[in-house]
Amino acid sequence: MSDSPAGRWPGDDQTADDQTADGAPRRVVGTPPPGRSLLGDGAADVPAAPPRELPSDPEDLPSAKRAERVVAACFMVAFLAGLAFIVAYFVFPVHTLDGVARSNLGLGLSMSLVFLGLAAGTTIWVRRLMPDVELTEARKPLRSSEEDRAAFEQTFEEGADASQFVKRPLIRRTLIAASLPALAAPILLLRDLGPLPRKDLTFTVWRPGLRLLKADANTPVTPGSFSSPGSMITVVPDGYQDKFDALAKAAVIIIKFAPGQVEYTNADHPVPGKVVANWTVDNIVAYSKICTHVGCPAALYEQTTHHILCPCHQSTFDATRGAAVIFGPATRPLPQLPMTVDAKGFLVARHDFTEPVGPSYWERP
Amino acid sequence: MTTSRAIAGTGNWLDERFRGAKGMRTFFRKIFPDHWTFLLGEIALYSFVILLLSGTFLALWFKPSMTEIVYHGSYIKFHNMRMSEAYASTLNISFDVRGGLLVRQIHHWAADLFVGAILAHMLRIFFTGAYRKPREVNWLIGVTLLTLALIEGLFGYSLPDDLLSGAGLRITQGVLQSVPIVGTYASFFLFGGQYPGQLIIPRMYIMHVLLIPGLFLALIGAHLFIMFHQKHTQVPGKGRTNTNVVGAPMYPYFMAKTGAFFLFTFAAVAIAATFVQINPIWIYGPYNPIAISSGSQPDFYMGFLEGSLRIMPAWQWVVFGHTFAFNVFGPALLIPGFIFTSAAVWPFIEQWITGDKREHHVIERPRNAPTRTALGMAMVAFYGVLWLEGANDVLSQHLDVSLYTITEIARWSIFVVPIITYIITKRICLGLQHKDQHLLEHGVETGIIVQRPSGEFVEITRPLSEEARAKIVRPEPLALPSGAEEPVPPPAMRRTVGRVKARLNKVLAESVPMNGHGNGAHPDGEHAAIGPGDGGDS
Amino acid sequence: MTARRHHPAARYLVVLLGLLLVGFGYALVTGVGEASAAPGGAAQNQGQIAQGRVIFLAVCASCHGVLAQGVPGVAPSLIGVGSAAVDFQVSTGRMPSREPVEENPRKPVLLHPWQIRALAAYIASLGGGPAIPSAAQVSQSGAHVGLGEQLFVTDCAQCHNFQGAGGALTYGKYAPPLTASTPKQIYEAMLTGPEAMPVFNNTTITPQQKRDIIAYIVQTRNEPNPGGFSLGRVGPVTEGLVVFLGLLLFMVFAALWITARHGKAHE
Repeated sequence: MSDSPAGRWPGDDQTADDQTADGAPRRVVGTPPPGRSLLGDGAADVPAAPPRELPSDPEDLPSAKRAERVVAACFMVAFLAGLAFIVAYFVFPVHTLDGVARSNLGLGLSMSLVFLGLAAGTTIWVRRLMPDVELTEARKPLRSSEEDRAAFEQTFEEGADASQFVKRPLIRRTLIAASLPALAAPILLLRDLGPLPRKDLTFTVWRPGLRLLKADANTPVTPGSFSSPGSMITVVPDGYQDKFDALAKAAVIIIKFAPGQVEYTNADHPVPGKVVANWTVDNIVAYSKICTHVGCPAALYEQTTHHILCPCHQSTFDATRGAAVIFGPATRPLPQLPMTVDAKGFLVARHDFTEPVGPSYWERP
Repeated sequence: MTTSRAIAGTGNWLDERFRGAKGMRTFFRKIFPDHWTFLLGEIALYSFVILLLSGTFLALWFKPSMTEIVYHGSYIKFHNMRMSEAYASTLNISFDVRGGLLVRQIHHWAADLFVGAILAHMLRIFFTGAYRKPREVNWLIGVTLLTLALIEGLFGYSLPDDLLSGAGLRITQGVLQSVPIVGTYASFFLFGGQYPGQLIIPRMYIMHVLLIPGLFLALIGAHLFIMFHQKHTQVPGKGRTNTNVVGAPMYPYFMAKTGAFFLFTFAAVAIAATFVQINPIWIYGPYNPIAISSGSQPDFYMGFLEGSLRIMPAWQWVVFGHTFAFNVFGPALLIPGFIFTSAAVWPFIEQWITGDKREHHVIERPRNAPTRTALGMAMVAFYGVLWLEGANDVLSQHLDVSLYTITEIARWSIFVVPIITYIITKRICLGLQHKDQHLLEHGVETGIIVQRPSGEFVEITRPLSEEARAKIVRPEPLALPSGAEEPVPPPAMRRTVGRVKARLNKVLAESVPMNGHGNGAHPDGEHAAIGPGDGGDS
Repeated sequence: MTARRHHPAARYLVVLLGLLLVGFGYALVTGVGEASAAPGGAAQNQGQIAQGRVIFLAVCASCHGVLAQGVPGVAPSLIGVGSAAVDFQVSTGRMPSREPVEENPRKPVLLHPWQIRALAAYIASLGGGPAIPSAAQVSQSGAHVGLGEQLFVTDCAQCHNFQGAGGALTYGKYAPPLTASTPKQIYEAMLTGPEAMPVFNNTTITPQQKRDIIAYIVQTRNEPNPGGFSLGRVGPVTEGLVVFLGLLLFMVFAALWITARHGKAHE
């Protein structure tokens, strides 16, 4: 197929036996000369076939015949399942939960059968139809031979000499010097990935007079409406209801206590184990909802034990004692938000938290 | 049988351009040893292929954007709700694209299987000593692949921006922030400012679909090429030596078997995706930084990190005005650092201790390396305690055990359980070795009991077959002598480092010698059932 | 029958028998029929309250005190808890409590609905408190499920889980699953804050918002799982178990099958 009798390129010095010098096929007319048998006697003319490396058939032929039918059946199952997949795609609409359920089942089941059928069929084919063989191949040691190593070493050293790299330290050193800023450049280009943290972690958006809104409902809170002891609700700063960047640090929970449950202090700053009385309204205390461990919302409030439990890693805070840590990996209490009421009687912040909220960091003041 | 004209024609056409006949023949005749444990790595490989295929499908519809939109799709419960485009597009794939939910579930199940298979494969390599010379580089590539797989999975399941994965992202940010000196900068650079910002999902997306898969392709390619070039290891057995490979050739056997296995992998993932729901993001809802659910866990392969965060006591120090949040970055960075670093350097440590610089192409049965196996199981136990602690609230709820109690038990178990595991595993290995030694020396019991003229009853044993013998015999010791026991130890052995090395050498080499010197049966073909010299180890 | 007198259920049967006798006896004597839930009719109300008191003394007073004042360390005071709290606790079977536990679980209900209403009316008469919601108050027609979802994940999911599967609390307490709760019971639970649950009165979470939350809970627990078996909707923990016990195990079996030597006996 690849050698075309018609075309011959100049310089092509292959001459086939049955072709004349100008490319025309040699024609044999009359009785063939002796010594050349058309039918052949085998050994002399035909080269010996190389011995087989792999047997051509499995040992147990009847069992193989049975296995062949099983394999064929598996492949037929796969074929039918493949058709079923195509049908299922068009027959089962989506857009409703029930529809999606049916479509998922239909498409998935047919796809599973396609793969299972092909897999099982192929496995039986290999195991039962292909003859058992166990062949051996030699491993050469991975270490190259001494000659190869020596030759490589010579090539490498000759090349190094030819490159002049070793002989001319000035080139070498200046090349290294030249590449250093170039290597630093990609790192430098990443500088604008983000702003520097500066003091951003120290403050939240809470400021004097900012109203506390009930999360999602976005309505303000009066102490009178939040008067049942044991109540708890999440609040967000007014104007930041949809701003996740602000909420990720400014979310707050307010809890209503019965008289006498809370351990107050009269100081105007956080005291370990105490709630700052000046920052509460009517036994309503506000704590940051952002856990001081790694920042999950610590929202699980147990009315009976007054414990705030963070569901992520089980840091537990005592809400009657300034959210002091009583269990778990958190190391600092939840900061207390200073509260007061505004002229209309709604709960507002007095000012921002007096310490950073959320997880610890190296520069934390 | 002659080759069909089409195949021969194509072959010729290619050969004229690539001179492939010799190379393809060598490739076709390449011998692959056969053992089921050798297929564990293939599970990972084929899961990766499934991930590429299903991931491409998903990428045609997914929108990696945190811009808030109002939802108007088919999931009626969320009508008119605000959510990110990423979340909305995932809802769209699940409910408005035919086959979308199936492919989403295939992708997620394949990802879980990918990591699980890597772990199983890694344990197989470790416990059979297949990482020894000349395969240390491949081991390092493997450890890197595992690390990349964890990160890829984390990014992948965080892309839909749902409440469950979003909580995980917040935890990641809090952990990053706690790193001394660079933490806040790293956090601000990764998120493009304060958390959550608008950039994290597009950034994770490009790492998830381009950068990390690119690294995977390169590393998996290198991993396979090295394995190919060095030839696969083989299990000890008859005719199998350190200088040969015994098995069936690539063409047609191995190709067919590996093809079948790929189909099984796809079948398993498809069955799971059909019948078992995974990551139902519509149940979790869109992410909101003020919301959280109880029973929040990351995907299983991150469970050990979650557990290490939960197990840690509240240890934090303020040093020169700076906060050293050890309670956070200790578990989140030091524990995985410890696990992955010790995994990576283990082949080299073992080589240093044992002084074994030979090529190894025959794997060891785990029982024949008792110290190594015991150390590996201790590490598995360590990982396992952290894993269970990561699910402590789910365990508390479903097993009716107090929440704090589980954590307190875990805090002690993390030290005690690995030690106990080490001791028990070592004893088991040595015991199994004794049993093998017994078999080698005394042969297999036949159940035939005869009475000697002297009146005693004996059971006839027969020697092991050659195949069975070849599987059990271990002619070489685990470690070369360190020189410490010689009358005059070499100078290196006399220094502290040398003495430590000698001690470790001794521990690592602890094993029952099994050089098969017993001939398998007593000379007269009988073995005393009760009598002197019987029983126990010899 | 007396042979079975020590059977644990016997005490309940006796109480029930006593209640039935007293109830019917009273009804016969006073001529009052089955108590209606509608307020109004002072004579009817008084009758209901009186019935409630009888039930209270028989079933509840042993823990809560004869005057419902509570017994320290045993049971809280019921003055001011309101009919809603009684209806919640008794209609979910939590009360009467069988034994002192960290948290009273939902269990089979002991009292008939009319008995529960009577009991609730009696307790309400002692000190007021939140009332049992009417059917209209818990109706979900016109509810904003989307807002319900937001409120739920912000204020409820941290204890009860994304879709109400429940969750662990401290010291053996737990937030129960919401799968069996009726809309009325969910409303009452929010209103009264049973056990460790916080109180969400009608000014904290308005009645409409409560309806939105109830609609979300009911729709979510009833909706099908389009992806297959949900494994209890526990999440990645159960998914991880499926990977190891399902997928990897399947693959190991496949590997064993593919590599098994056909027909060769093993030593």
